[in-house]
Amino acid sequence: MACDKKGKIGVIMGFIKQLFQSKKRKEKAQKYNLGMAKTRQSVFNQLDDLLTQNTKISDALFEDIEEIFIMADIGVDTVISMVNQLRETVELKKIHNAEELKEMIVEEMFKRYVKEDVVDTNLDTDHPLAVLLFVGVNGVGKTTTIGKVAHLLKQKDKRVMMVAGDTFRAGAINQLRIWSERVGCEFYQKEAGSDPSSVMFEAIRYAKEHGIDVLLCDTAGRLQNKKNLMNELSKIHRVIGREIDGAPHETLLVVDATTGQNGLSQAKIFNEVTTLSGVILTKLDGTAKGGIALAVRETLNIPIKMVGLGEKIEDLEYFDIEEYIYGLFSDIV
Amino acid sequence: MAFDQLSDRLQMALRRMTGKARLTDKDIEEMMREVRLSLLEADVNFKVVKSFTQEIKEKALNEKILKGLNPSQQVVKVVHEALKELLGGETSVFSLKAQGTTTLMLTGLQGSGKTTTAGKLAQYIRKHHKVTPLLVALDVYRPAAVEQLKTIGEQLNIDVFEKGIDSKPVDIAKEALLYAEKNAYNFIVFDTAGRLHIDEDMMDEIKQLKATIDPDEIFLVLDAMTGQDAVSVADHFHQSLGITGSIITKLDGDTRGGAALSLRKVTDVPIKFMGLGEKLDAFDVFHPERMASRILGMGDVLTLIDKVTENVDEDDMMNLMEKMMSGKYNYNDFLKQLKMIRRMGSLGGLMKLIPGMNKMMKNADIDEKQLVYIEAIIRSMTHEERKKPDLIKRSSSRRRRIAEGSGRRVSDVNKLIQNLEQQTAMFKQMSKMDPNQIDPHNPMKNMALPQQNRKAKKGKGKNRGGFRF
Ligand SMILES: Nc1nc2c(ncn2[C@@H]2O[C@H](COP(=O)(O)OP(=O)(O)OP(=O)(O)O)[C@@H](O)[C@H]2O)c(=O)[nH]1
Ligand SMILES: Nc1nc2c(ncn2[C@@H]2O[C@H](COP(=O)(O)OP(=O)(O)O)[C@@H](O)[C@H]2O)c(=O)[nH]1
Ligand SMILES: [Mg+2]
Ligand SMILES: [Mg+2]
Repeated sequence: MACDKKGKIGVIMGFIKQLFQSKKRKEKAQKYNLGMAKTRQSVFNQLDDLLTQNTKISDALFEDIEEIFIMADIGVDTVISMVNQLRETVELKKIHNAEELKEMIVEEMFKRYVKEDVVDTNLDTDHPLAVLLFVGVNGVGKTTTIGKVAHLLKQKDKRVMMVAGDTFRAGAINQLRIWSERVGCEFYQKEAGSDPSSVMFEAIRYAKEHGIDVLLCDTAGRLQNKKNLMNELSKIHRVIGREIDGAPHETLLVVDATTGQNGLSQAKIFNEVTTLSGVILTKLDGTAKGGIALAVRETLNIPIKMVGLGEKIEDLEYFDIEEYIYGLFSDIV
Repeated sequence: MAFDQLSDRLQMALRRMTGKARLTDKDIEEMMREVRLSLLEADVNFKVVKSFTQEIKEKALNEKILKGLNPSQQVVKVVHEALKELLGGETSVFSLKAQGTTTLMLTGLQGSGKTTTAGKLAQYIRKHHKVTPLLVALDVYRPAAVEQLKTIGEQLNIDVFEKGIDSKPVDIAKEALLYAEKNAYNFIVFDTAGRLHIDEDMMDEIKQLKATIDPDEIFLVLDAMTGQDAVSVADHFHQSLGITGSIITKLDGDTRGGAALSLRKVTDVPIKFMGLGEKLDAFDVFHPERMASRILGMGDVLTLIDKVTENVDEDDMMNLMEKMMSGKYNYNDFLKQLKMIRRMGSLGGLMKLIPGMNKMMKNADIDEKQLVYIEAIIRSMTHEERKKPDLIKRSSSRRRRIAEGSGRRVSDVNKLIQNLEQQTAMFKQMSKMDPNQIDPHNPMKNMALPQQNRKAKKGKGKNRGGFRF
């Protein structure tokens, strides 16, 4: 990459660096960029030098910003509107100094994400029997995430039970059973091929009788354009709601961070069928940024609740927008 | 829904550009910007997009395009052609070794579809090459991964070699090779654990597996929904393993699948197969051509372009357009317009070819019958009425007479009147625009029923970004 380009991106990152230095970074932040930890230091050193050079705001700079966002899989529409917003503000406020632009970028991203709401990342488990339903396309990490969430809840002294709602995929039931053994929680299953709604129905009955606090429902992965499978999911959702008023208390869409623009379509259609309460973004331990989750929040108002950072039971964190933005820019140059 | 965006963009660019005999550099620049945006929307990696559009641009500038009759449409063809080439041109054939056992190892990220694909591949090769396949379970990490492969093997009646999860994958692989030799299997698929391309330990493991098995083929399995990261993933796996081919899964979804392009561009090895569903027969050889159209979100724009240009006389078209713009549009013109639509083929079929139209058709419910009705109504008008739409508009008795004459209801006649008015209004609107923005080569844009057209236009112009790589 050309040197002056580095300079421009560097300026942006410089601010982000400052932002994050101003807060005591917890160790978990590092996990957001496991693979890049080594390079990060040298990048920042370079940036320090570049920061001292003054940079003007130019078209090229905006293009670089666009690139950064695009690379992160933030939806094209979101990126365009974000950068247009920046351009307008720059013009309006007659800003010439790139320093100020950096602040605006971060502000803009926060604004778009936070949306003047309090973003609550807590899972709603304060019910006599809380039911959490995990949905998503194939292979994104639903089952694994249930294992991690169960572990988390168990540490909070909740009596947790997992329900093997994926009766379709080969080995899916036992996959979840093994997770329940790792966690040390209860597990409910019927045989492979059973109607998933009936599994949920029976599991809820059982949970009520056995003093379970939280029920974690696994479902088979399904692509959102499959009508039959979405109908099946809608039925599962209905059945749960019929058994317990207000349930499922959380319907969580699991999204793989490597997902591109299709993530938006996923969120949109799953939300139509089941009314999502949040997104769990998995596989952030890779190099993908999961920017599409930001677009999901912006266009559908569905917050990211948690992030998956590995395959182990403790590799789950509550979502933190600051860490996320930090991760976005950390390995750009 | 996956299909519309790029085509809309291209159509927009086309519209802006036509009416000129040749494309200026600036036109091409514009066009490239649309191509860029739509490729980005399709998840093609932005670096790949950059170099791709550069190539296209050169092609577009160099080729005879500038002298062509419909330059913009030729650009579309160039883009499509180039995409197809990039994706491998022709379908790449998979062949087994002439003698002995062919070994194949699958690799990829977690959840990309390796295990399912292992089953699909074994079945496919058994069917097409009449061999006895063996599946080998090397994923000892993901819970129940071995069971998953075993179940798949049972479903397909294909043998699965497994040693549970207590041995090291390398050791299992060694044993599997001996076992296969003894039992005369001639095609072995090794299913491996999913891994991150930046996980050094796991990448070391798969390198060791490669050394042990010395596979004839190493295929990278990639999820079609992958975004920008596809480049980094493909690059790492290829650097570490020297993959010989790849497989794109989950193409039964509604993703445009631009990751395929990134993958191909980075590795320069053929994409061999594609996964089209969870069922084990939902699998096919990879078709570059289809994938190119899909990434472009073109539906069959190309077919449409051919049809339109073949069947419509441009002079006719221009005359009609002029008429429309002058605000003197009447029922005779409406009739002509209908004829042209007819000449271009079945409306249903044709409309489906138009990006975005498919969706709208559902709302608007136009069918061919309706065209017949409209024609019947117009034919029941007197010559004077046809020329002066106001006559009908002002007289309810005329409307009743026409309805009776055509065997339709008065409400149908009213609808047609409304329709004509809307069109006239729309054309007036259009005439205020830059004439170059109206595309005589793409009459469908102007011919669509007015309500739809307005709808189609609304979204345009927003999202104009400045991607200038
Ligand atoms: N690196 C990494 N891998 C993960 C993470 N979460 C899940 N995985 C892996 O991704 C793969 C798929 O995970 P599953 O939990 O089976 O996904 P699923 O959504 O239940 O899949 P289906 O039921 O097949 O649709 C497994 O190999 C997991 O170990 C994560 O946060 N990071
Ligand atoms: N819809 C669809 N699902 C697929 C396809 N290939 C695999 N899957 C599903 O994707 C998920 C992960 O697949 P799996 O084979 O276990 O992936 P692995 O982790 O890479 O071995 C499973 O739910 C599969 O059923 C495909 O082509 N289309
Ligand atoms: Mg699962
Ligand atoms: Mg597997």
